[in-house]
Amino acid sequence: MSWDWQFYCNDTATGETIAGCFGPGGREQTYLQWMLHAWGWTLTISLLALLLALVVGSIVGIIRTAPNKWLAGFGEAWTELFRNIPLLVQVFLWYYVLPEFIPVLKDPDLKTLLVICALGFFTSARVGEQVKAGIQTLPRGQRYAGQALGMTLPQTYRYVLLPMAYRIVIPPLTSESMNIVKNSAVAFAISIPELAQFAQQASEETAHFEEIFIPVTLLYFISAFAINRVAKFIEARVRIPGTVGAK
Amino acid sequence: MLNLDYGFVNWAFIQSFIAKGFWFSIQLTLVSMVGGILLGTLLAMMRLSSHRWLSAPAAFYVDTLRSIPLVMVILWFFLLIPKLFGPIGGQMSAFITFTLFEATYFSEIMRAGIQSVSKGQVNAGYAMGMTYGQTMRFVVLPQAFRNMLPVLLTQTIVLFQDTSLVYAVGEYDLLKGFEVAGKNFNRPVETYLMAAVVYFVICFGLSQLVRRLQKKIAIIR
Repeated sequence: MSWDWQFYCNDTATGETIAGCFGPGGREQTYLQWMLHAWGWTLTISLLALLLALVVGSIVGIIRTAPNKWLAGFGEAWTELFRNIPLLVQVFLWYYVLPEFIPVLKDPDLKTLLVICALGFFTSARVGEQVKAGIQTLPRGQRYAGQALGMTLPQTYRYVLLPMAYRIVIPPLTSESMNIVKNSAVAFAISIPELAQFAQQASEETAHFEEIFIPVTLLYFISAFAINRVAKFIEARVRIPGTVGAK
Repeated sequence: MLNLDYGFVNWAFIQSFIAKGFWFSIQLTLVSMVGGILLGTLLAMMRLSSHRWLSAPAAFYVDTLRSIPLVMVILWFFLLIPKLFGPIGGQMSAFITFTLFEATYFSEIMRAGIQSVSKGQVNAGYAMGMTYGQTMRFVVLPQAFRNMLPVLLTQTIVLFQDTSLVYAVGEYDLLKGFEVAGKNFNRPVETYLMAAVVYFVICFGLSQLVRRLQKKIAIIR
């Protein structure tokens, strides 16, 4: 097996080698630039979807533990809906189906936004499940104690339940956050120029399959690992004193 | 507002576009479930072994595959399998890819299952004069398997959803069937919606069954 990495410095359009590997023609002139740009897309989509998933997932998780039957039922339905349809199908629903009902979304510039929504809402069901589990592991007395002190229900959540629940569910949320990076690869299906799409397209163009798949796989590794490190750092900083995990 | 038109949906439509892909999705799910659980159990036993040269490769295999997006795994395997085994066709490659990939997820479930069996059970097996293999076969694995049955089935539902990713290599599965039909009748919105409904009904239905099973098992334990 002989590998040739030289093509990374080639111009994607003309095939000519560019000295220094970074052409003046913009972000995607050489294959190396294209790959780094694709990595940027993967990270952008993943992080924004993660943000969306955490916000929406928290709301869903909280209302699933709420004493109101309708709210809890809505949270349940939300979770079942987004958990029982494959992510790829959800991406197609956002990209092909939703704009037919809301024509404003047909703007091609909004494609990235749609895939972020698909990924974010898909993950929100999983995040909601974790947040709900976190709240439910707390002793019932905590909720009663908050209310006995004269706090309203939102105050009880804000000052008593959630500060504990979030710190308990950081480990499962960490693995969901790493999953989001991996799941962002489905964006290839609607031609978002992220890593998986780069891998597919560039390897077909150049026929250098291994030389493209290996760095792309490593970049996924690095991205997920970086999220893991950040999450571990946060986990260590906010450890609940007096628990098994605390020092 | 949009007018949805399902006039093209009839028996012939299902037969010519959907049935073939659906059958492949089911086959892929069942083959990789059975293969994945078998290989996954083996990997879990290796990983729990006290011999480093057994546990280290298993841990490496499982951790590596689990940190790569499935789309990339599919692309990798569809590149490597023909090089190793020659031209065996896309469907066969999909069976191998999904079995090897899902085995890593099943192996983590089986590892938790094996670890949930109390140590006294293992010691009891040895005290009866059983070998390691017999203790595993007759004492530990049946209990581990039973404890983990709901989780294994839930993972199978996830696996069924994952099979839609053979889209990356253009295999004709359930989703592809709907897509091709949508192009053919120029009704992509309708067919994508139908695909979502079909996947939802199957996955939701199965997960309700798993939930009932879980309750049954929970009472006995």
